[in-house]
Amino acid sequence: MGIDPRSTKLRVGIFGAEPWTEEMREQIESLLGIKAMNIYGLSEIMGPGVAFDCEARNGLHINEDHFVPEIIDPQTLEVLPYGQEGELVFTCITKEALPLIRYRTRDLTHLDNTPCSCGRSLVRMGRINGRSDDMLIIRGVNLFPSQVESVILKVAEVAPHYVLIVDRINNLDTVEVWVEAKEGLISDSIKSIEKVEKRITNDLVSLTGLHIKVKIVEPKTIERSEGKAKRIIDKRKK
Amino acid sequence: MVIKQLSVFIENKSGRLYEVMQILGDEGINVSALSIADTSEYGIARIIVTEPSRAVQLLKEQDFSVQVTPVICCKLDDKPGELKRMLGGFSEDNISIEYMYAFSKGEDALIILRAEDCDKAIESLTKHHLEIVRASDIYQI
Repeated sequence: MGIDPRSTKLRVGIFGAEPWTEEMREQIESLLGIKAMNIYGLSEIMGPGVAFDCEARNGLHINEDHFVPEIIDPQTLEVLPYGQEGELVFTCITKEALPLIRYRTRDLTHLDNTPCSCGRSLVRMGRINGRSDDMLIIRGVNLFPSQVESVILKVAEVAPHYVLIVDRINNLDTVEVWVEAKEGLISDSIKSIEKVEKRITNDLVSLTGLHIKVKIVEPKTIERSEGKAKRIIDKRKK
Repeated sequence: MVIKQLSVFIENKSGRLYEVMQILGDEGINVSALSIADTSEYGIARIIVTEPSRAVQLLKEQDFSVQVTPVICCKLDDKPGELKRMLGGFSEDNISIEYMYAFSKGEDALIILRAEDCDKAIESLTKHHLEIVRASDIYQI
């Protein structure tokens, strides 16, 4: 539109819905000429607004007058002390229609109760460093590898061996799925291979809402692992 | 008359075609024609060899995705207008060609073609008095 974003009166932006890095914050701030604040929330509770950056931007203050946060060990379910990383759990104390008690967010982080320079005494949560399940967040959309698997299992031309490659290019998440050709089923023409790729792409879009690039690879080239299969290669910087 | 061509799915990784040739070469299987259809991610190597069935077996044992595709080989004189004559016949008889590859040396031009309907293509070639090379001959070229 020919408008320099830095010339607008926009001063502050609130960003959430997916984990973002300090580098992304710097870039948004320098490109838009605003202060970029982080927000945390989850739709099961209320969406954005559970925790929020203060001017110190050294962790997000959790609104403890409404939510009681705890960090637990996702395996033993024991509560962990402040500072230790584990799974974030919430108990809602003011929510009426759908209260949640010790609700497991599956987000991995830690809690910090040391005094904040902003003066607020609300406990702060650190960055989300991962998940205790295998859910991926791609451009704000939740994606489970099992969804990809369900699509691939329905396609006769490919084997049920796949790997998801997640990356972040120009600050946008990209996801690609590599799936093995089934021996002999790949036909002689590029057209028909492309047709198979297209079919998988379309099925993935309608199931997940995400455009996932499909790449068919040679049989038996995807690593087989003992026990839990390694399905995800996440190249994004934490 | 129908030639058994090997179609091998190959990812765009250096050394993969070499591996195919190594498997065939080590077993004394000779390649008489080769063409590669490529995209940015993968290619299909279309290969005509002396012993198609054994070659397929060997490649499958090494986990290659390979299949046999029926193709036809047509021999033309190496002179202007011959290919036009062949294609004119196909056009007249409503025959679609999926792909072809060709080479000429000396007085002959050899054309390998994959038609949607192999039998119809043979019929058309015969009708228009074009020479079809016997499969056993092409394996040995």
